[in-house]
Amino acid sequence: MYQFSYLKAQSISEAVTALSSNPESKIIAGGMTLIPTMKQRLASPEQLIDIRHLEELKHIKIESNNILIGSISSHFEVSTSDIVNEHMPSLAKLAEGIGDPHVRYMGTIGGAISNNDPTADYPAACLGLGATISTSKREVKAEDFFLNLFETSLEEDEIVTQISFPVIKNSCYMKFPNPASRYAMAGVFVSKSDTEIRVAVTGAGEAGVFRWKEMEDALSKDWSVTTAESVKLSSEGVMSDIHGNSDYRANLVNVMAIRAVEKLINEH
Amino acid sequence: MALVEIEVNGKNMSSEVEERQLLVHFLRDDLNLTGTHVGCDTSQCGACVIHLNGNAVKSCSMLTVQANNASITTIEGLADGDKLHPVQEAFRENHGLQCGFCTPGMIMAAVDIIKRKPNLNEKIVREELEGNLCRCTGYQNIVKSILAAANKV
Ligand SMILES: Cc1cc2nc3c(=O)[nH]c(=O)nc-3n(C[C@H](O)[C@H](O)[C@H](O)COP(=O)(O)OP(=O)(O)OC[C@H]3O[C@@H](n4cnc5c(N)ncnc54)[C@H](O)[C@@H]3O)c2cc1C
Ligand code: FES
Ligand code: FES
Repeated sequence: MYQFSYLKAQSISEAVTALSSNPESKIIAGGMTLIPTMKQRLASPEQLIDIRHLEELKHIKIESNNILIGSISSHFEVSTSDIVNEHMPSLAKLAEGIGDPHVRYMGTIGGAISNNDPTADYPAACLGLGATISTSKREVKAEDFFLNLFETSLEEDEIVTQISFPVIKNSCYMKFPNPASRYAMAGVFVSKSDTEIRVAVTGAGEAGVFRWKEMEDALSKDWSVTTAESVKLSSEGVMSDIHGNSDYRANLVNVMAIRAVEKLINEH
Repeated sequence: MALVEIEVNGKNMSSEVEERQLLVHFLRDDLNLTGTHVGCDTSQCGACVIHLNGNAVKSCSMLTVQANNASITTIEGLADGDKLHPVQEAFRENHGLQCGFCTPGMIMAAVDIIKRKPNLNEKIVREELEGNLCRCTGYQNIVKSILAAANKV
């Protein structure tokens, strides 16, 4: 690992000031992505700004039918939170399926979405539930946050502070994990609220997480397993790598979507 | 360089470390606690698992400076003098190791699993071991050891 300096920020504003005064600095939260990347010398920030201990970013609460999660909440905290388990078990289950227990203790929701790995789980929940992401500057809709592979609309000196998920009980995440890393080979988040049906797909899109409009439209007309089975994802724009080619992955997405719809119909 | 104060196996340590030092190197190279191993460079094998404020984490994937003011337990801190920790004892009794390279990480992970999961069964143990790899045993006796220990603890 290359040399760098380390700042344990005492507040969000101190972290923002440090970020904006040195373009070569980087936020560190759980470090579960950043440190392995730095070990491989694929990233070499001059300064790390640690925010993991900031109390103002550490909360999980419910307010006017939204679950608000502070950005440094760990995957372990989300998966074991009474509030999340009671109001939106689909989100708790998603967090419990990330990586392994050691990664879940350290990794944070803010880090996971800021990184926008195309095979990460949380981006699917954000798009699939219509989350709002609060930063040190503004509020951004999930649709406008995830731009491309490892790319978000975050500016250089902007920090994710909170993610707000509307409570949609009728929601489910189905993932086919890569057997080695547990990252999603295909992950589908389906939600059905009073007003809309959303189907968000991770692990498959060449440009990262996306909403599968054809499936959403079909399910809005007829909410059934038969409909889920009849819509096929085109393999165009679907990732292809050593783990599976685009046809295989597109089919996996289909299977995950069918399972999610099936589970929701059986349970509700 | 940065000054850190860390409690390791019940002893308070105060040390000057490089910012870029990984916690596992602080433990192995500076404190000579070589029971914690390094088995990969991809954060996947779990040979380096220690307890940070009571939670099992990978010491190869965090910096010493991130552990400032924390309390750490390594495999060396588990036994009570000559008396092995019940999980260590269970690994011995059930032949839970062959070469032993993965064992410290397995045991530290197992202590954490048993603490978190009151009704353990084979399926849960196998799922919970997702972050710990063993090249020798095929996991059979590791799972057996953890289940045996869970009944004793
Ligand atoms: C073995 C292993 C298996 C894994 N399996 C999965 C899996 O199955 N599914 C999955 O989704 N993920 C998986 N992950 C990734 C894991 O979820 C990480 O925790 C997550 O991607 C990054 O979160 P972090 O808090 O560790 O971020 P860090 O590594 O600290 O940071 C990641 C990036 O985000 C930036 N950042 C962090 N926090 C903020 C913030 N609040 N505001 C702005 N920028 C910020 C950092 O500057 C950095 O660029 C795995 C990781 C490992 C090591
Ligand atoms: S050395 Fe392999 S996970 Fe830490
Ligand atoms: S006993 Fe040899 S790696 Fe597990």
